[in-house]
Amino acid sequence: MKILVCISNVPDTTSKINFTDGDTKFDTTGVQFVINPNDEFGLTRAMWFKEKQGATVHVATVGDASVEPTMRKALAIGADEAIRVNAVPTDGFFVAQQLAEVVKNGGYDLVIGGRESIDYNGGMVPGILASLLDMNFVNTCIKLEIEGDNVTAVREIDGGKETLSTSLPLVVGGQKGLVEESDLKIPNMRGIMMARQKKLNVVEPVEGVKATEDVKFDKPAPKGEIKLVETVDELVSLLHNEAKVI
Amino acid sequence: MSVIVYTESENGKFKKNAFEVASYASEVARQMGTTATAVSINCMENALLGTYGISKVLNVQNEKLKPFNAKAAAEIVSKALEAEGASVVVISSSSDAKYMAPLLSARLKAGYVPNIVAAPESTAPFKIKRTAFSNKGFAHTEIKTDIKILGVSNNAFGTVETPTDASVEDFSISLDAEFKTKSTDIDKVVGKATIADADIVVSAGRGLKGPENWGMIEDLADVLGAATACSKPVSDLGWRPHGEHVGQTGKPVASNLYIAIGISGAIQHLAGVSSSKTKVVINNDPEAPFFKAADYGIVGDAFEVVPELIEKLKEFKAQNS
Repeated sequence: MKILVCISNVPDTTSKINFTDGDTKFDTTGVQFVINPNDEFGLTRAMWFKEKQGATVHVATVGDASVEPTMRKALAIGADEAIRVNAVPTDGFFVAQQLAEVVKNGGYDLVIGGRESIDYNGGMVPGILASLLDMNFVNTCIKLEIEGDNVTAVREIDGGKETLSTSLPLVVGGQKGLVEESDLKIPNMRGIMMARQKKLNVVEPVEGVKATEDVKFDKPAPKGEIKLVETVDELVSLLHNEAKVI
Repeated sequence: MSVIVYTESENGKFKKNAFEVASYASEVARQMGTTATAVSINCMENALLGTYGISKVLNVQNEKLKPFNAKAAAEIVSKALEAEGASVVVISSSSDAKYMAPLLSARLKAGYVPNIVAAPESTAPFKIKRTAFSNKGFAHTEIKTDIKILGVSNNAFGTVETPTDASVEDFSISLDAEFKTKSTDIDKVVGKATIADADIVVSAGRGLKGPENWGMIEDLADVLGAATACSKPVSDLGWRPHGEHVGQTGKPVASNLYIAIGISGAIQHLAGVSSSKTKVVINNDPEAPFFKAADYGIVGDAFEVVPELIEKLKEFKAQNS
């Protein structure tokens, strides 16, 4: 089985978010970038398929050279090879088109991406990719088992979960649950050394549709002062009379 | 050039978000000088949509679509769009809608914008405000394609009544004999509010000391008709199921009232709940960051405050019902 894990390079979850250039760009000053958490659960599940079922695992991303440390981290975790499409990932439709080209050329059976990136939250790349290549698709996937070409997947639904039966070739939008938080791998020294020898292929983008453009950003209005109350009676009264939520 | 809205239902009845997306679609249609048409699958109360400004309902009745199938739903919505000559599709932020949206986007070569929080800023060019950076910011996004897919955040636009006579027309399409991705089991809590559509969410963190202490959280949720949720450490420790984890890497919450008990308020958690309208924090540490992000707070021991709150709310409910 040949697996491609699609990785997005995102600000660490603890990052404070600021904008620059007249609020038209995300301000990367002082921001630490990491593998998108939803992708990392997928990458770790892919490592499991590598160890237990002999799968080959490649990782791919769309980005400029600044994303390479994140790709090296994925290689240090255990991916065999990395592919970087040399373009700025401005919009989900465009990114999906680029990754579709990578999947077509690489002949992958399984593609795992994150349910969404935690920066632009588009939540569309895995699904568009699946549809462009006419592959099966499972979103918000929290469990994935593969036997031959047969796939059993569990997806999170509002208020519960649904078990799905499908087959390879498949694209998955993954998230926590694919593996547990405690299963996530921190690269060890050997992995980091080995990652330096692994291939990080750079390919040029194909022509694609840019369907959307973020033209301006802003931040939520600052929160007013909290009202601290001494008694539960006072709280119930405020929730009823002032906030009008009960 | 009408606006299509996909209104979701369950067991023949509309979900709460159906009326919100219908209201939103009517507003988009009004701005564009056209009308809104709903696509409704296996629902038995289609005429209700008229209340929210829908002038036509395409009624699809098909046993094969129970339960939801994302690919088939995308096919139906795109056929409806063609039949109506529409250029805009409005959907919700449910897990089903977010499953279908990218399939529809690829099919229609349509720009898709999720997590929309307000009516379009303009329709030519088409510009719209949405959350980004997991609720730590907003983006104003322009959609450049001819066909546009708008994913509306839960509880952001609300429902708006603009009574219209809704005509209901049967709409049928032939589907694949067998779906390639099939549902084999659904495990879902019935009769309880879910984080996705609850008006009130009661959430607790590590301050509760252990999973055995969640009884009072569930009691409080029962009194309020609320959904229960938890912080990330609590779900990582296995005290509560993953599905209850709210925050940046868990579920977003956009309820009217969010009550955080024994949750310190890490930046990732605060981002995930920032769309909730009123936030209450109960914590014994007055320095907890959540006190800077909430509307009301009690500094106190959850094990004393919560049981008292349950009692007072029961009294309040008895008087006000």
